Amino acid sequence: MHELTSAGPESVVELEGVSFGYRAGMRVLEDVSLSVGAGEFVAIAGPNGGGKTTLLRLVLGLERPTSGAVRVFGAPAGKAAAGGRIGYLPQRARLVGEAPVTVREVVSTGRLAPAGIWGPLRRADRDAVADAIETVGLTARADAPLRTLSGGMQQRALIAKALASEPTLLALDEPTTGVDAASQESLGLLLEELREQFGVTILYVSHEFGAVEHVVDRIVLVRGGIVYDGPPSGLPGVWHDPSHQHDHGHA
Amino acid sequence: MLDLEFMRLALATGAVVGLLAPAVGFFLVERKASLIGDGLGHVAFAGVALGYLLGISPVLTALVAAVVGALSIEWLRSRGGAAGDQALALVFYTGIAAGVVLVSRAGALNVSLFQFLFGSILTVTRNDFWTVLVLGAGALATIAVLFRGLVATVLDEEGSRVAGVPVTRLNVVVAVLAALTVAVSMRIVGILLIAALMVLPVIAANRVAWSLRSTFALSMGLGVSSVLAGLCIAYYADTPPGGTIVLVAAATFAFCAAGSALVRRA
Repeated sequence: MHELTSAGPESVVELEGVSFGYRAGMRVLEDVSLSVGAGEFVAIAGPNGGGKTTLLRLVLGLERPTSGAVRVFGAPAGKAAAGGRIGYLPQRARLVGEAPVTVREVVSTGRLAPAGIWGPLRRADRDAVADAIETVGLTARADAPLRTLSGGMQQRALIAKALASEPTLLALDEPTTGVDAASQESLGLLLEELREQFGVTILYVSHEFGAVEHVVDRIVLVRGGIVYDGPPSGLPGVWHDPSHQHDHGHA
Repeated sequence: MLDLEFMRLALATGAVVGLLAPAVGFFLVERKASLIGDGLGHVAFAGVALGYLLGISPVLTALVAAVVGALSIEWLRSRGGAAGDQALALVFYTGIAAGVVLVSRAGALNVSLFQFLFGSILTVTRNDFWTVLVLGAGALATIAVLFRGLVATVLDEEGSRVAGVPVTRLNVVVAVLAALTVAVSMRIVGILLIAALMVLPVIAANRVAWSLRSTFALSMGLGVSSVLAGLCIAYYADTPPGGTIVLVAAATFAFCAAGSALVRRA
């Protein structure tokens, strides 16, 4: 066994020499190594097409690396691990177009990891669902059809879904896209609280992280590989402005 | 009408089919695969033809063919992309072409084949009824037990995968249930129209329901009423049952769509 570089045995997410391409000969990520410790709040940033969503999908086990290894809670990514649970908010959250579905029904589907798929939800699971809805401030609209809610409220319902499993690792992909400024700010506060109170590890993928810049511990800049990994304060100035996402600092 | 044994059997069998078809169709519609039932009908047709050729029960061979078809479609679907769509077309048309050739070899291009294509009231036997009841009850019980997992998979397949839900196995369950529905509904609605009964009550319910549960329950209610009303009309008007049932279901959809449009405008 060789020593892991940074967070050691406490690390929740561990990538070692990971390369990945969607087709042979095409590389989205090259030789990426990353270690995220328990309770860390990490923003994964970078230009569109730079591979930040791919990095997250590798962590979630939705893609398999071409080479290298990805471990989450000490087990290979995508394999069930006893050490923790993942809450996941996908990009461009796929709402059900035509189908009527209530906030409570959507959030309940996030409770499958602890509750299993057999039979109806038990009392404790229904309470956890209600708690998640309350956390995002949608209790009054819990039984309203999702399609009657505003974009910001729909996004909050989907965040409640990610929280319903009481995750120890929360993975958010572009959570502020199409969301108004007030909702972005309350999301920042909510994430800060989750980290402080429950020690939740957070991976926050975005090309724009103004809403959370003051609370994140680390920013990881991804552009085919990791081009920066450190505190937000050490970030090259040009990256603070999201309009400057062209060729810069590719080592 | 109810004095007649064949009519009682048709109505009882139809009631099971009317509950089952939308219950399974619900999961196809919500994941935007409404037309898969139609394709499975094509494949089941090849199965019926094979049954005639081999001289064994066409329902049995149709069930086997539809299950094989459903599993290959699910396998192609899981690979995704445009190639998947084209491969579906390949499966469907191969199914119906094989059906036509096999049925002609068996010398069965006749009335009894028409019963499978368009449904028939007269031909439902006691054995048919018990087969449909047992398989239908089993399928509905499976859906009831796995309901939350199936719903989560339909709403967000990748999210469910991340949560450790056995998505692939649940998709196979839906595929097999769809094949089963096609096979047991052939006698009443017919191969060419069974898909309509899986889809129309669900999209009608989508217009007026307020939640997934109400959509599910309402679509089963609309399904069973369409079948029973359609069979009664077919009996008195001497029309083919499959076509009559589907026209009733289509009228129900038009009614629900118009109603919801009026309510939204108000």
